[in-house]
Amino acid sequence: MSVNQTIEVAPAPRTLGTRLRGLAGHRAVWPLLALALILAVNGLVSPGFFSIRVVEGRFFGSTIDILYRAMPTAMVALGMAVVIGSKGIDLSVGAIIAICGATIAWRIHAGDPHVVVLLWALGAGLLCGLWNGALVALLGIQPIVATLVLMVSGRGIGLMINLIYGGTNPSFESPFLQSLSVGHVGLIPTRLLLGAASFAALWLLLRRTALGLFIEAVGGNARAADLAGIGSRLVTYSAYLISGLTAGWAGVILTADTHISDPVSQGLYIELDAILAVVIGGGSLAGGRIHLGMTVIGTLIIQALATLILTSGVPPEYNLVVKAVVVLAVLLLQSDDARAALTRRNRARGSLGGGSPGGGSPGGGSPKGGRRR
Amino acid sequence: MTSDQPPRVELVGISKAFAGVPALDRVDFTLHPGEVHALLGENGAGKSTLIKIMTGALAADAGEMRLDGRAVAVGSTAEARALGISTVYQEVNLVPTLSVARNVTLGREPRRFGLISWRAAREKARARLKRLSLEIDVERALGSFPVAVQQLVAIARALEEDSRVLVLDEPTASLDAQETRLLFRILRDLKAQGMAVVFISHFLDQVYEISDRISVLRNGRLVGSAATAALPQRELITLMLGRELERVEQRAAAAPKAAGAPVLAAEKLGRRRWIEPFDLVLRAGEAIGLAGLLGSGRTETAKLIFGAVRADSGRLTLDGAPLGHASPRRALRRGIAFCPEDRKAEGLVLDLSVRENILLALQTKRGWLRPLPRDEQRRLAEAMIEALGIATSDAEKPVGQLSGGNQQKVVLARALASKPRVLVLDEPTRGIDVGAHAEIVALVRRLCAEGLALLVASSELDEIVAVSDRVAVLRDRRIVGEIAGAEITRETIIELIAGG
Ligand SMILES: Nc1ncnc2c1ncn2[C@@H]1O[C@H](COP(=O)(O)OP(=O)(O)OP(=O)(O)O)[C@@H](O)[C@H]1O
Ligand SMILES: [Mg+2]
Repeated sequence: MSVNQTIEVAPAPRTLGTRLRGLAGHRAVWPLLALALILAVNGLVSPGFFSIRVVEGRFFGSTIDILYRAMPTAMVALGMAVVIGSKGIDLSVGAIIAICGATIAWRIHAGDPHVVVLLWALGAGLLCGLWNGALVALLGIQPIVATLVLMVSGRGIGLMINLIYGGTNPSFESPFLQSLSVGHVGLIPTRLLLGAASFAALWLLLRRTALGLFIEAVGGNARAADLAGIGSRLVTYSAYLISGLTAGWAGVILTADTHISDPVSQGLYIELDAILAVVIGGGSLAGGRIHLGMTVIGTLIIQALATLILTSGVPPEYNLVVKAVVVLAVLLLQSDDARAALTRRNRARGSLGGGSPGGGSPGGGSPKGGRRR
Repeated sequence: MTSDQPPRVELVGISKAFAGVPALDRVDFTLHPGEVHALLGENGAGKSTLIKIMTGALAADAGEMRLDGRAVAVGSTAEARALGISTVYQEVNLVPTLSVARNVTLGREPRRFGLISWRAAREKARARLKRLSLEIDVERALGSFPVAVQQLVAIARALEEDSRVLVLDEPTASLDAQETRLLFRILRDLKAQGMAVVFISHFLDQVYEISDRISVLRNGRLVGSAATAALPQRELITLMLGRELERVEQRAAAAPKAAGAPVLAAEKLGRRRWIEPFDLVLRAGEAIGLAGLLGSGRTETAKLIFGAVRADSGRLTLDGAPLGHASPRRALRRGIAFCPEDRKAEGLVLDLSVRENILLALQTKRGWLRPLPRDEQRRLAEAMIEALGIATSDAEKPVGQLSGGNQQKVVLARALASKPRVLVLDEPTRGIDVGAHAEIVALVRRLCAEGLALLVASSELDEIVAVSDRVAVLRDRRIVGEIAGAEITRETIIELIAGG
């Protein structure tokens, strides 16, 4: 290309194209687009998908159902987002749910008032977080290994609690706990209100104190954070506590729904969905950023996809593969590198001179970054 | 230099923008064989971006590159290397957890029967480092060495026999005079063999010593290119800054001030295999310089005083009261701030924004329950960006996207933002341009006049001389002498360092 050509191209930096491209760089765009797309396909596959009716004094409809089912996973995913932001990971969340379930059955059979049982369950989650945090922050064990310990042993602990205090898979009745999980306040399912409240509380904790910033600093560069006076150990510790608590909360909702403590299968593989939700929401496993809102979007994508697969008539054997393909597509859309590779291809196919000014991927490939991500 | 031979490298009309903000605007650059070509400009002018494009680390938006007269497209750093272009990037981009030997030979491991020969790799690494007079354990992890050593390792890695172009982005930023001299001797040899060298630096003395030609960038545009001999320093600075640089006043401390009360005092403070026990008193309004060669214990002293590393003997007192177990957290809360020398590994959280990075130390001081209100955060960031002249499109930009010198300013800004009474600086102006350097020296002196107690460790003697009221000289991990007032000159310091 000649120099002249470049001169012609250069002085129009704010065209619609560049603006769109700037928008494309925003992290919220791709997950939201993916969610909208999946919902739209849902709407095509099952007519009346978007309709919301009032049945038996409460809202009823597929979209409500997606929110309803996503709530426990979203709780777990929010805690996971915090841990991942601190450059860690918490594989034990499913096991924590099992322990919470067993604790609930145990304390109900022990005759505690049900509000106290709730506190016991949350306390059990917190205790699990305390344990994980101790391994990671105090003993310096790698997070994946440290939380694997509880992931493996947690369900066994649940079974032991069951055995000692109630036999195998004890069931229980608790109108109070059930009202939290499957009840409704006015037209709205209670768990959605509780979910919204928990989200707000977590948001306030992270963003209206400096805790969020500290966790992100530690996750981004623990040594630098330490030298800036942020005690990285305590901060890391707090992340696991939060994750334990949110997992415990999810355990309450799930267990109250089934009225049974089933440590073997309660919350099975939920850690994987939670990690996936964080990543789909734009979180990097390399740590350093917490996106609470986007994590919820990620959970909704997973749940909407699950609903779509169920209703679309795809043979159930294909479920997991379809899910994997869609998730992969969302992740590729989000990746700067993948998009850059695509646009580079397109540009190479078109004329070389038509190069766009001010385009390119943000943070494409510096000699250090780029590739490693 | 205009023989019938085509230039080794020719860049024509290179443009590059990041998220719509132009970093380079139709830049031409010509590099001849057997020449050392200095690429100069202020922080954020676009020097690193240009050489990243030249070496395949970044793709240009427009423009083309010719190598020995043939158009080439360098798609990656590996391709650049295959074309004979060796590079030392500004931010040492080696793998800190791998051994020095592996880092030196990474990607070009010597092989026997198709398999990597580790013994040969170690030999190769040792031989390379020997050329730079660096004799270290090549099997230790790179990250365990100080920045200067890492820098030398990066240079050693780039000195491939079959290279035709050597690109050095601020290779001497953390080197002492001695290592720099060695590097220059090697560069002269290479030049004689026809190597084409690009040399980026903010040390103008070095530029005049080694380069044949100078090109100057300003705000992403090429504003001039001339033979070094034909470009006097004053003109060069004016070209770089776009204005004249007022003469930096020589040490304002011509009139000896009465030093204030002792603030922070080290009594027999030491740590085994780290630094010999030493006494040092920091007083309000006084600046102390720490001078010494690479490995003499400058950084170690600074870290011990700040509490980044725990002492195993002696004690620290603040205002006469013992400080107890030192930790960065406690130090900051007591009004002691620190700038580490290695901005990438120890200074910045690259993914966080400029605002957040500047805020960190102050926020720690306030504690996590008392977050600085959002608009005050913004005001603080704006004030610091203004005060230190940090070139960034806005305060929300991730700090990793700033140019090297501007990142360094952010490290300084963080320490200053915490409003310290005692400031410990380790290589505070690494990679900062001449204009900003003068302003920062002035700023620091002004803070001192207002009662700050300052400790500056630096490999740059001129900086030590310009800033300090008192200088402690280190050799072999112990303080071997102290000088003050009019005694502080390059010569006396060098003499002490040499053991006179
Ligand atoms: N990955 C990136 N994303 C966004 N902006 C960038 C990126 N890399 C560089 N820039 C911007 O491009 C401009 C030029 O940066 P560059 O690193 O080339 O400066 P420099 O001349 O090397 O400065 P210094 O002397 O401080 O090293 C700066 O304004 C910088 O903020
Ligand atoms: Mg640079």
